[in-house]
Amino acid sequence: MTEDEHSPEGMTRRQLLRHTAWFGSAVVLTVTGGEVLSRIAAPDDAAALDDPNALRFVQVSDSHLGFTGPANTAVESSFSAALTQINTLGYRPDFVMHTGDLTHLSTAAQFDQVKQMMSTLDTGHVSTVPGEHDSIDDAGQKYRKAFGAGTAGDGWYSFDVKGVHFIALVNTLSLEKLGHLGPDQLEFVRKDVAKLGSDTPIVVFSHVPLFAMYPAWGWGTDDAAQALSYLRRFSSVTCLNGHVHQLFTKTEGNITFHSATTTAYPLPQPGTRPAPAPVTLPAGKLKDALGIREVSYRPGGPGLAVKDVKLA
Amino acid sequence: MRKSVGVKHFLPITATVLTVAACSAPPPAAPSPAAPMTSMTSMPGMTPPPSPTAAANSTANAVAIKNFAFAPATTTVKKGTTVTWTNQDQDAHTVTSTGSGGPLRSPTLQTGQSYQYTFSTPGTFDYLCTIHPFMTATVTVTP
Repeated sequence: MTEDEHSPEGMTRRQLLRHTAWFGSAVVLTVTGGEVLSRIAAPDDAAALDDPNALRFVQVSDSHLGFTGPANTAVESSFSAALTQINTLGYRPDFVMHTGDLTHLSTAAQFDQVKQMMSTLDTGHVSTVPGEHDSIDDAGQKYRKAFGAGTAGDGWYSFDVKGVHFIALVNTLSLEKLGHLGPDQLEFVRKDVAKLGSDTPIVVFSHVPLFAMYPAWGWGTDDAAQALSYLRRFSSVTCLNGHVHQLFTKTEGNITFHSATTTAYPLPQPGTRPAPAPVTLPAGKLKDALGIREVSYRPGGPGLAVKDVKLA
Repeated sequence: MRKSVGVKHFLPITATVLTVAACSAPPPAAPSPAAPMTSMTSMPGMTPPPSPTAAANSTANAVAIKNFAFAPATTTVKKGTTVTWTNQDQDAHTVTSTGSGGPLRSPTLQTGQSYQYTFSTPGTFDYLCTIHPFMTATVTVTP
């Protein structure tokens, strides 16, 4: 009874897309051999992934190493498949970002395992933000020991690659239902972007969405509006999050939010179940719900191109 | 095209579910889920009558963790009562005071494991599962 054996909604990616609000200046959905889940790009950015001068990075999320439920009895294999897929993209991504819930239960063994697995990535560097599953009993101490080198505060940081400014936030440590950034981190964001020109593309990573995707399930961040207020003057702001284990995109003014899928197990669409508990899909359907995200940006272009690909 | 379709589909679903969630928030085990809402809306300022759940129920100091929820979500006990939480789910859970400084700090509870806490002071104690923070509940301790 803890997890549903069937999926009455038949939540496939394609159906999810139909029921999901897709905003944005240009949205192109393509399904090529069932592989590409979505592609969101300005028309002239579609080929950026083939451009060696473009910024190209990969987002992977919610690997939940250590999860053992029927929704995915082999999360380690799924994550391994995702890593292999990244290593065989045909280009070397500038970096790979894991947007949290690396582990399922924050054990030392699970942190060791996920760190070891990600060390096999062929990329410029590997970055992470923590999820609530990575800080269940120690306010993130084990997480920061494994992944917090070079970070400020409770693990937040920023960096620049090929003209794009990246901010990695921590919104899972408050022991509240909703995500929370807190005054120290908000001040970090304010100071971090103060010196940047308004034409600098901004990308913000967090585990919990920075928009109110479904607050009844905690799918939002109670003080995100303050952080986003510091980003309103920028021409292009892209917020990439995990946590919800499903694709969702929303645009508010200059800011576009993209929730990523997971490599572990699907969660229900907002409100379709009593609780966001792992969904067990019919046999053979799991891979359709899991995936990775390729993101690219061509310098001088209008914005980032986001392409979601399911696990091969 | 996709824009308008998406909006039309998503918003009604959300609205419907919010309504359902609000009505069904108390777990099935609670005998009078509507009582607290009624007393809040129709009798402002009055002291609500003692909840039948809390009055003399020998199971009031036991909270089940099942189907990714605490059941019951609201528990009222007298000062000095030991409350026991037992995880009946396949996934792990915790019993952790909301915010900072609260008394509840269970370890990770695997299937079948329990956590106990004896409330020595009256008050309202909100808690959640740190692994699944959407799981929230409250213990009220009376003098």
